[in-house]
Amino acid sequence: MAQAYSAGLTVTESIFLKKERLLPLKGSVLVKKGDKVKAEDVVAETLLPGKVVPFNLANKLGVTPAQLATFIKVEPGQQITKKTVLAENKGLFGLGILKNTVHSPVDGEVESISAVTGQVLLREPRIPVQVKAFLDGVVTEVIPEEGVVIENKSAYIQGIFGVGDETVGELKMLATSPHEDLDINKIDESCRDKVIVAGAFVRFEVIDAARKHGVKAIITGGIDDQDIKKLLGYDIGVAITGHEKIGLTIVCTEGFGKIDMAQKTFDLLKRFDGKKTSIHGRTQIRAGVIRPEIVIPLDFEETELQSQEESLPVLEPGTLIRVIRQPHFGQIAKVTGLPEQLTKVQSETLVRILEAEFEDGTKISLPRANVEVIASTT
Amino acid sequence: MQYDEKRLTRIVATDCGSTTTKAILIEWVDGEYRQTIRGEAPTTVEAPLNDVTKGVINATQELEELARLKYNNPNIKFMENGEFVIPRQGDVGVDAYVSTSSAGGGLQMMVTGVVASMTGESAERAALGAGAIVMDLIASNDKRMNHEKIERIRQLRPDMILMAGGEDGGTVKHVVEMAELVSGADPRPRLGAGYKLPVIYAGNKEAQENIKETLKDKVELIMTDNIRPKLETENLGPARDKIHDLFMEHVMQQAPGYDKLMKWTMGPDHKNVPIMPTPAAVGNIMQTIAKDESIEVMGVDIGGATTDVFSVFTEEFVFNRTVSANLGMSYSISNVLASAGLENIMRWVPFDINESELRNMIKNKMIRPTTIPSLLEELVLEQAIAKEALRLALEQHKQFASSLKGMQRQRDISEAFSQSTSGATIVDMMTLDLLVGSGGVLSHAPRRNQTAMMLIDAFLPEGITRLAVDSIFMMPHLGVLSEISTKAATEVFRKDCMVYLGSCVAPVGRGKIGKKALHAKIELPDGKVFEEEIPYGEVRLIPLGVGEVAKATLKTSGGLILDEEKNKELHIDLHGGVVGIVLDTRGRRPFGIPTEKQQRIEYLKKWMREFDAYPETILV
Repeated sequence: MAQAYSAGLTVTESIFLKKERLLPLKGSVLVKKGDKVKAEDVVAETLLPGKVVPFNLANKLGVTPAQLATFIKVEPGQQITKKTVLAENKGLFGLGILKNTVHSPVDGEVESISAVTGQVLLREPRIPVQVKAFLDGVVTEVIPEEGVVIENKSAYIQGIFGVGDETVGELKMLATSPHEDLDINKIDESCRDKVIVAGAFVRFEVIDAARKHGVKAIITGGIDDQDIKKLLGYDIGVAITGHEKIGLTIVCTEGFGKIDMAQKTFDLLKRFDGKKTSIHGRTQIRAGVIRPEIVIPLDFEETELQSQEESLPVLEPGTLIRVIRQPHFGQIAKVTGLPEQLTKVQSETLVRILEAEFEDGTKISLPRANVEVIASTT
Repeated sequence: MQYDEKRLTRIVATDCGSTTTKAILIEWVDGEYRQTIRGEAPTTVEAPLNDVTKGVINATQELEELARLKYNNPNIKFMENGEFVIPRQGDVGVDAYVSTSSAGGGLQMMVTGVVASMTGESAERAALGAGAIVMDLIASNDKRMNHEKIERIRQLRPDMILMAGGEDGGTVKHVVEMAELVSGADPRPRLGAGYKLPVIYAGNKEAQENIKETLKDKVELIMTDNIRPKLETENLGPARDKIHDLFMEHVMQQAPGYDKLMKWTMGPDHKNVPIMPTPAAVGNIMQTIAKDESIEVMGVDIGGATTDVFSVFTEEFVFNRTVSANLGMSYSISNVLASAGLENIMRWVPFDINESELRNMIKNKMIRPTTIPSLLEELVLEQAIAKEALRLALEQHKQFASSLKGMQRQRDISEAFSQSTSGATIVDMMTLDLLVGSGGVLSHAPRRNQTAMMLIDAFLPEGITRLAVDSIFMMPHLGVLSEISTKAATEVFRKDCMVYLGSCVAPVGRGKIGKKALHAKIELPDGKVFEEEIPYGEVRLIPLGVGEVAKATLKTSGGLILDEEKNKELHIDLHGGVVGIVLDTRGRRPFGIPTEKQQRIEYLKKWMREFDAYPETILV
């Protein structure tokens, strides 16, 4: 039977997830293998080197770099506070008249002193960094000094694009249908700390209201490019996101513009209304693609955890697909045929196509590159 | 080391890109080198395979299968037990295997200098020429505070740093200060946690001891000759060579599977042929061709994320390369819109479209980069965006490819009133002989006429220029191949790499729409003659096949000129191609495109019709 591999985002009611939670630098791991952890638990921590503050001491003291050694009162490696005298001259005629004393501008440590430039480098105190579990689960592996691997069973949805970092909250369905353009009046104090679900679209005013009511995250089908710009204060040039500090996280499941949320995604979210949800907006579209994730942990037995073969979604007759480019963007169809030969489409591009049928029976053919698999027949 | 055709009869060359490993087979057939077969496979440098050689094996297997089919010989094979058999023994093995690589994001560097536009720019030139992506240029005078510079160095995580600054014997203070900042940042390499970051120092020789003192405990420090020993001299060679050495020794060693791949690349006598960064190899072949044919060449490779422009200009064959890191057709497509502005994109679109619809379409392309424009309107829009991406990339290239800045120049009386200054661009579209395009949007355009139109509209070639595409981007392979056989590389370049589109004739100067601009008489090889008085603001396309030459008599009116000697009349041979000869009287400096919308759309449709670029349905 004709079949082909195709790109597709995962939307599933049950999957075994395995997540590495790693520190940016070596540090200490706070949990051990077999521990059950909650999303909010800190699993590893470290101290990042403090900020380096360059400070031209020779200039401040009014001497040449070469002379600095005579007046310096500290040495590399020495701990300092804002009260520490870094250097001091002897004043006029060595009598202490108009004596110049230079104190450290920061608390921390002396990193280096240069006789060439007269510059000292001061390092501020180390900054603690913590890595949280992000999802409820079991620690199945400890990578010494670096982090852990956490596994669980979850309902799981990959978004197409998002902004904002990891957060955790209770899922709250606000939209009643996947076609809904979310009404601002639905946002109120009951949404505080929740992960809210919109339908096809969420406008800037609605996002802003959600922010004011302390919403943790919004899941929507589509969003307008200009609203994202308003929200961030700049236009997204290249798709590397997730680091934005905008007060909440947004995950789009379909794309830019007003696009109905896929029925399957909407139904899945509806089924888990009220459940604890881990979510992030991190997106990177390049080698090593990262997509936003929505994770709703399920109850499971540890014995259920087993490694699974990762497989690419397969296109074959009967596969449900979603069109991801004009024409028919966002519509769902069922594959009816996969012709082998290259076919010329309207733009005259020669491509591999597929034949499909919409729910109302209309038949179409379109480039295989312009669809994603929602559910295989298998 | 060069080998002749007796020792090199069959060669496999691969380019391990970030996503695809492309393999080509080059063979000595009937007294000449030809590229006979190509194959490709996904690059396997990332999880789950984590071994670049797997992708090379897969791509080579495809070559083997296709070779067996082509020669109807089931015994042909190039590898045994997962390794190349070198040298060739009859049907089995190849005489050489060479490779380039940009997998894992290529070579990423940070450069430092004292004055950004002088030593900083020289360092940038050396790094780019060696095939690197320059993540940032940090200079003493770049207006950032020192603590900001330290933060930036710390965040970047480059593969290596190149430090320049000061002329030999000059002041040491600034360059040592920069070293102190680097030391304070304590930078970490991108790959491999267990080794020190390589830092090349190519600044004031007098400062070497101080630099050593400052940096020796923190980084792997390598000293080389000053990149700018005097203000008026640039000496990029030694720094470039060091970058290549370090790329092999440090960066490649850290990438999964490269230790194996580095041992595979060799000539017939088992002498190693170093793996080259992909862009460095492209530079190699372009310089070889420019010297060989005594021409000026410019190449552009427009990808999903970046656009590279390469050029060889002047009698000294000065090579320049720029990477426009955020101009591309998928991953960076939104940035093209942000940089060019909607208005500039719309000036190439012969129909109306709702602005917010267009913006959302572009963003959707960014997040779903593998989709294909299936509607004609979307194809036209993507090609309009491509024109702007190419135009901006060329602008950046022109700025960068310049004579040295900061020099005192003695001028003679004839120059006293001219505008030429130190730091002026050496890119001259009038003297350019060959313009080569590559990358998906140019190579896979449904009609080659669209490719020609995109190149002309974006680059605005002046005078007489030949146009070509490198349809499968073979230049990297040929660049590294030229290390062992210039003959093989240049022969294949001419015969198989280039798809000639034709020639563009574009008189330079200002004119008035409808007024006389160019009288062209073109005698075609089949005896037919094209003769027309073409008014200003028009385009004509005269079919002339690949390998065909037409005799042309060109005569301009109204102050328009045809070459750098300001000739208004030329009798020359024009070369054909899959598109033909394009006569473009839309003017240069300035290029005339109507500003009023209705009029602009009318003209665009007329030009596109002349170019035979799109089906009539969209032009009515």
